[in-house]
Amino acid sequence: MRSVLKKSGELALLVVVFLAVVGPMASLVIWSVAQKWYWPNLLPQEISFDYWRQALGLQTSMAIGAVSIVSAFLLSLGIALATVVASMAISIPAGYALAKYKIPFGTAIMFLFLLPNAFPQQPVFVNILRIFTKAGLAGTIPGVMLIHILVGLVFGVWITSATFRAIPPSLEEAARSVGASAFVAFYRIALPLAAPGLLSSAVFVFLTSLDEFTGTFFVGLPFVNTLPLTLYSSSGYNLQFASVIALILLVPSVVFMLLIQKVLKAEYVGGMG
Amino acid sequence: MSELVLKDLEIRYGKVTALDRLNLSIKDGELVTLLGPSGCGKTTTLRAVSGFLAPQGGDIFIGGRRITDIPPEKRGIGLVFQNYALWPHMTVFKNLAFGLEMRKIPAEEIKRRVAAVLASVQLSEYADRLPRQLSGGQQQRIALARAIVLEPDILLLDEPLSNLDALLREQMRFEIAAIHDRLGITTMYVTHDQTEAMVISDRIVIMRKGLVMQDGPPEEIYRRPANKFVAGFMGTTSFVPGAVVGVEGERCEIETAEGLRLVGLGSGLKLGDRACAAVRPEAVLLGKRGAEEPEGRGANRFEAVVQRSNFTGELVDYQLKVGSCFLRAKEPETRKVHGCGERVELRISAERLPIVADADAEPRAV
Ligand SMILES: Nc1ncnc2c1ncn2[C@@H]1O[C@H](COP(=O)(O)OP(=O)(O)O)[C@@H](O)[C@H]1O
Ligand SMILES: [Mg+2]
Repeated sequence: MRSVLKKSGELALLVVVFLAVVGPMASLVIWSVAQKWYWPNLLPQEISFDYWRQALGLQTSMAIGAVSIVSAFLLSLGIALATVVASMAISIPAGYALAKYKIPFGTAIMFLFLLPNAFPQQPVFVNILRIFTKAGLAGTIPGVMLIHILVGLVFGVWITSATFRAIPPSLEEAARSVGASAFVAFYRIALPLAAPGLLSSAVFVFLTSLDEFTGTFFVGLPFVNTLPLTLYSSSGYNLQFASVIALILLVPSVVFMLLIQKVLKAEYVGGMG
Repeated sequence: MSELVLKDLEIRYGKVTALDRLNLSIKDGELVTLLGPSGCGKTTTLRAVSGFLAPQGGDIFIGGRRITDIPPEKRGIGLVFQNYALWPHMTVFKNLAFGLEMRKIPAEEIKRRVAAVLASVQLSEYADRLPRQLSGGQQQRIALARAIVLEPDILLLDEPLSNLDALLREQMRFEIAAIHDRLGITTMYVTHDQTEAMVISDRIVIMRKGLVMQDGPPEEIYRRPANKFVAGFMGTTSFVPGAVVGVEGERCEIETAEGLRLVGLGSGLKLGDRACAAVRPEAVLLGKRGAEEPEGRGANRFEAVVQRSNFTGELVDYQLKVGSCFLRAKEPETRKVHGCGERVELRISAERLPIVADADAEPRAV
């Protein structure tokens, strides 16, 4: 009896999750191909792939003129990948040091990383824009990347340090005791054990960068047009077009997650300990 | 020669003094146990020897060579951790091979040595398992195997059996002792379990609050405790307080406030000193009143009333009242079982009754 209740509870939860995920997605898909869709019809009266063709640059757009989805997509993807690499390159050593060593003001440093999120974003970015303008970084791709790295580090450092903290120090000490230097112990023991946490941190940074709007808006415009910026600027007057962009934005996220999952499965049959 | 010597070792955590000028030496091939209650500084000592903790003062020598400033990986010390610390992402084989790889030993020889050491802990079939696919006892043995496969000069074990169940713990005690006898590695073993210490040690060092309270072979620690703390730590002990009224070489007599006199063995006591007789349940013999005295001269004889008697299987556990004193006694169940309220005669051989100073005084460094 109990187990039946539990089973049906699980089933109900599954249905809710399914609807919550698939519902909006289905709506996006339908909108992206709706040529004509007036109330009170449940489904579009006329379907076409014109918006997809326009978005992919296969057909000139009458609605939005010269907006180029393909280049915006490639730009966003490139920035996101570079942001992941740079953020992790900083997060891994920083997170490890914060987790393993008694660094003076360690907690203060951790909070420093949270600081940009403790204030309303707009004033922060306006100030950053002032600094970037002076430094010649405003409206440049490196400038936008710097913003994304800054935002990504918040999660990166916190997740990586939490991951390293969860690894018992005795594992690395055991490696030292059989002759491994501090670096080898880190590289052969701590790093592979932290891999799942580090990868999820990387996914987080990647998705955050792909989605980032506010900072890019202030620092990037008008020269750096990422996909979210294009999405926001087009969604005002064309729901179909916005749906297409939203769906395209989903693609790298899903691909990245699947890839990570594959890597995790291969490296870790069932995780740690 | 790999004698381990700690000289005036001093370690503080902030304001807490964990080790207070600790002096200790372990002869080549000897197995010495650090025994003491939780927080007395056993782990701290081990971490200092293994190089993960830098002492504020003092020095550590292995085979006469000063290693105080040498990093852990260059000390040639094998470590067995309380939680085993096996690497969860490596198979048993890789766990054992890791240290050999670090020494750039050829693959063929690694295979041979790992196989040999796995056989010695009876886990040859488990080479391809991951640690989490092993039972606690098996993980324990792999942890031991990982430490000895490198044939270290010194082996350090920190409460290696404390996570095992009672039965396995008892079995592993003998296995560790056997491995030590076979390899003859200079070993420092840490535990808070006095029976474990008695079973496996050549020598026991009793610690308290970062100080050595006594250092000697198990039997000596048990029979001739240097102070009240040591006497109390080596098993169940009832203390009978009194004043020293006679000293004759090793023999020492005390008298309680009620006029009860006890003769036992003690040292460093003078007439008039406050002292305690440390009565161990296993040293107490019960008999009918007025029965013949089987013990030699100087056996203590008292009248007692049985307050409780509990049958525990191999033993009967008594609570006895002598005057206003409560004592425990343990007798084999093959002897006559006395009931509650029965008047009995209680005998304690002087040879089996340590007398120690009562000043539970400041721990005295030896
Ligand atoms: N990292 C630490 N920071 C502060 N105090 C510590 C630390 N490790 C141990 N201590 C203190 O040092 C003393 C000895 O500890 P430890 O060597 O772990 O004892 P044991 O292993 O005998 O139980 C204890 O009082 C303990 O509280
Ligand atoms: Mg300890």
